[in-house]
Amino acid sequence: MNAPAEHARLARQHLIDPEICIRCNTCEETCPVDAITHDSLNYVVAFDKCNGCLACVPPCPTGAIDSWRNVEFVKPYSIEEQFSWDLLPDTTELDGFEASVAGADEAIPDEVQQLTEAATAGQGGPALAPWSAAHPYVNLYPPARPVTATVTGNFRLTAEDASSDIHHIVLDFGATPFPVLEGQSIGIIPPGTDANGKPHLLRMYSVASPREGERPHYNNVALTVKRVTEDHDGRPVRGVGSNYVCDLKKGDKVQVTGPYGSTFLMPNHPGSSIMMICTGTGSAPMRAMTERRRRRRDQKEGGELVLFFGARAPSELPYFGPLQKLPQDFIDINFAFSRVPGEPKRYVQDRIRERADKVWAMLQDENCYIYICGLKGMEAGVLEAFRDICRAHGADWDTLHPRLLANARFHVETY
Amino acid sequence: MINYSERIPNNVNLSENKTLQRALEHWQPSFLQWWGDMGPENSTNYDVYLRTAVSVDPKGWADFGYVKMPDYRWGIFLTPGDGQKKISFGEHKGQDVWQEVPGEYRSTLRRIIVTQGDTEPASVEQQRHLGLTAPSLYDLRNLFQVNVEEGRHLWAMVYLLHAHFGRDGREEGEALLERRSGDADNPRILTAFNEKTPDWLSFFMFTFITDRDGKFQLASLAESAFDPLARTCKFMLTEEAHHLFVGESGVARVIQRTCEVMQQLKTDDKDKLRAAGVIDLPTLQKYLNFHYSVTSDLYGAEVSSNAATYYTNGLKGRFEEEKIDDDHSLQSADYTIMDVEGEQIVTRHVQALSALNERLRDDWIADVQAGIDRWNRIPAKFGFDFRFTLPHKGFHRKIGLFSGAHVSPDGRVLSEAEWTHQHKHWLPTEEDRLYVHSLMGRCLEPGKFANWIAPPGRGINNQPIDFEYVRFN
Repeated sequence: MNAPAEHARLARQHLIDPEICIRCNTCEETCPVDAITHDSLNYVVAFDKCNGCLACVPPCPTGAIDSWRNVEFVKPYSIEEQFSWDLLPDTTELDGFEASVAGADEAIPDEVQQLTEAATAGQGGPALAPWSAAHPYVNLYPPARPVTATVTGNFRLTAEDASSDIHHIVLDFGATPFPVLEGQSIGIIPPGTDANGKPHLLRMYSVASPREGERPHYNNVALTVKRVTEDHDGRPVRGVGSNYVCDLKKGDKVQVTGPYGSTFLMPNHPGSSIMMICTGTGSAPMRAMTERRRRRRDQKEGGELVLFFGARAPSELPYFGPLQKLPQDFIDINFAFSRVPGEPKRYVQDRIRERADKVWAMLQDENCYIYICGLKGMEAGVLEAFRDICRAHGADWDTLHPRLLANARFHVETY
Repeated sequence: MINYSERIPNNVNLSENKTLQRALEHWQPSFLQWWGDMGPENSTNYDVYLRTAVSVDPKGWADFGYVKMPDYRWGIFLTPGDGQKKISFGEHKGQDVWQEVPGEYRSTLRRIIVTQGDTEPASVEQQRHLGLTAPSLYDLRNLFQVNVEEGRHLWAMVYLLHAHFGRDGREEGEALLERRSGDADNPRILTAFNEKTPDWLSFFMFTFITDRDGKFQLASLAESAFDPLARTCKFMLTEEAHHLFVGESGVARVIQRTCEVMQQLKTDDKDKLRAAGVIDLPTLQKYLNFHYSVTSDLYGAEVSSNAATYYTNGLKGRFEEEKIDDDHSLQSADYTIMDVEGEQIVTRHVQALSALNERLRDDWIADVQAGIDRWNRIPAKFGFDFRFTLPHKGFHRKIGLFSGAHVSPDGRVLSEAEWTHQHKHWLPTEEDRLYVHSLMGRCLEPGKFANWIAPPGRGINNQPIDFEYVRFN
C-alpha cells in the first residue's frame, strides 16, 4: 500500500459506535482520565484526553466502545461532531495504515512533537514529503521501550583548536530492526535523572548516514552532534544530552527511541535534484542525502546536488575534508565562512545571492527539492535571499513559496 | 470444604472474616439448590461462554470463558472506596458515609435491600423456560449471562444482609430463596416480578424496560449514605448495562427483521407479515405499552412520604445525585406531577421531597425514550413512516394517582366502557400473545437465527456471530 498522499501524521482515534451503544454510562464511569462524556444523544471520546488504555473496553456491554478510525493528527473528529452522529463515519484510506492513539505511550513523545513543531515553524506551511520519498517508519521504539544500541565509533569532526566540538558517532543496533531514512531523527535518552529526580527527556539527533547504514549493510546509523557548552545567549551551560553523546566510548550502550520524522525526506525519483542549505550540525541530513546519492552514482539516475554550507571557519565545518574530496560534477559545494581572519564575513545567504542564476533555475525546476537545516538565525537571511532572487527575475516569492510547499519541494528544520 | 478465597472471587477479604464466611457457607448450598430448582431449565450441563467478574478493575471483571452455570463463580464485589467519601444529600449531608448500619435506620435499610434483592432471583425464575425456545445460540448465551448476573446480584444483596444485619439478615437471605415468582402462596415482593416472561419478545422488552428500572433503582442506591450498599450497587450497575443491551438490541433486531420482510413483501399488513413469520410493528408497540406501564408502577406512588424519608435520612438518593446542582436537601423545592381530576389530566406542584418516586420515574422515562428514538431509526432507515411512541404516563397504571382512571396512550381519560372497547388496540391481546408464542422455536445451529429476528451487528467479546456460544453436552 502506498503511503498517504500527504505524509501527515496519523493518529488512531477512539470512537464509540452510536448505532450500537446503549448509553449505559459504564465507559464514562470507568475511564480513568475522564476522556468520555455524553450529551442527550451520544457518548463520545475526547481525542486529546484518551490515552488508549482500553480500561473502558472490557466493561462495555455492547462492543460499541471498541471503535477506531485513523485520522490526521491535526484533524480528529471533535466532540461536537461525534455528538451529531447517528452512525460512525466510513473508514477512509487512512485506516489502511498503522497508527497509534495520540495520547498513548506509543504516540510520538511530547518533546519530539514540540521540537518538530518548533523546527518546522519556519517552513511557513504544512509539511509534506516528496512524492517519491520512501515510506518512513516512525516511532517504532517509544521512550517506554527504547532499543539499546552499541557505540561503534566516535570521532571529533572539527579541528582540535576549533571553538566548536562536533562529533561523528556511529551506533549499531545489532539484530534489532531500526530502519531510518535520510532526514529522519532518532531520540537518545541520557542516563540518570534531572534536577527534579525524573528520568531525562529524550534528545533528538538527525541521522547523518544513508538508509543502508553508515557502514553499508550493517545495522547502524551515524549522528553529527555538537557539544553544547553555552546556551543561545552565550551563557556557559553544559548540555546534558550532547555532552553525554560526545563523551561516549566505543562499546558503550545507548538507549535509543524513534525513528522520528516523516516529511523532511529526500526525493528518490531519477532526475530529482536537491538544494541543501545548512549550517553546523544542520549538515547531518545533508550528509545523509549526499551519501545516499554518492553510493548510487553508478546508477546514473541524474539530478543535481547543490550545497550551501555555512560555518565560522573551515576548521569548524563538520565533514570539511571528506566534502572537498567529492567530485565537482557530483555536487556543487558553496561554503560560506563568517570568521576567517582577513576575509569579509560571508553567510550562506551571501553565497545563495552569488549563485542567483543557479538558484533561480532550481527554484523553477519541478524536480528540485530544497532543504534548509541549521540554526534558526539563518532562516530569515535565506528567505530574504530567495525573495530577492525572485524579484530580480520578475517573480514573487510569496506566490512561489506556497507552490513549493504544496509540491513538498521546500523543507525547513531549524533550531 | 469450599475454598472461599478461590471459589468466590471477592474484594471484601472474605477469607479473613470467619463469621461472614460461615454464614455464606451455610447459604451457598441453599443458593445452589435454588439455582438447580429454579434456574434456567435443563441447563446445568451446558458449557456457556460467559463473562465472569474476577476482580473490580476494568480488566478483571470481564473474564470470558466456557463455564457450566452451577460452577459460575458468583463473586462479591464492591466498587473500591477512597475512605474520604461524604454523604451527598439529606440531613446528614457532609458527614462521613456509614460503614455500619445506624440502629435507627436498620429496619428501613434491610427492607430496601431485601426489596432490591428479591427482584434478582425473581427475574431468573421468570425467565427459566426461555432457553427451550432460544432464537439462536448467541441469544441463549445472552440469556444465561443475564441469569448468572442476576444470581450474582442476589449474592451481592445477601452479602450485605449477612455482613451487616446479623441474624435478621441471615433469615432474610434464606427467605430470598424461598419466595417464588408467580407463586400464589409465597410470591415475590413486587408485582411486576410475578408476571410471566412467556416468550423472547417479552424477555427483550423486560430487559430493555424493567431492567432499566433496576438501573435507576441501583443508581439511586449507589448514592446511599450506607457505603457498603452504595459501593455494591455501583458495581452492579456495570453488569446491569449488559442486560439493557440484551433488551435494546434484542427488540432492535426484531424491528430490523420485520422491516426487512416489510420491504421484501412491500406491505405493512399485519396478516401478511404474520404469515411471513415476523412480528408486525404495531404488535411490538403493544408489547412496549404493556411492559412500559407495568414497569412504571415499580416506582411507586407519585407522592410518597416513604421516599421523602429515605431521602432525608440519606438512605436513597436521586439518579446522579452528585451531578445535580441544588441544595441536596429539597426542603423548599417543588416538583410537577400529573394527577387526574374528573375527566381531566392536570399538573400539580408538590414538594419535591415527596415526589422523589416520580422524579426517578421521569429520569427513567427519559432514558427509555432515548432507546425508543434509537429503535425508530430502523424504520426510518427503511423509509417507513412507522414510529414507536411511549404511551402517556397514566396509561394502564395500577399504582399511584392514575390507578383509578383509564387513560389512553395519547393521554385521554376514558370511561370504563371505552377502555374495555379499546384496550385491545393498545395492549397485547390473547391472539397477539399466541401468535408471538407460535414463533418461539429453538434455533441452535451456530450462526443461524430464528426467522423473526435479525442477527446482531457484532458478536460477544469480539467473537464471530457464528461462534459456538453454548456447547451442549
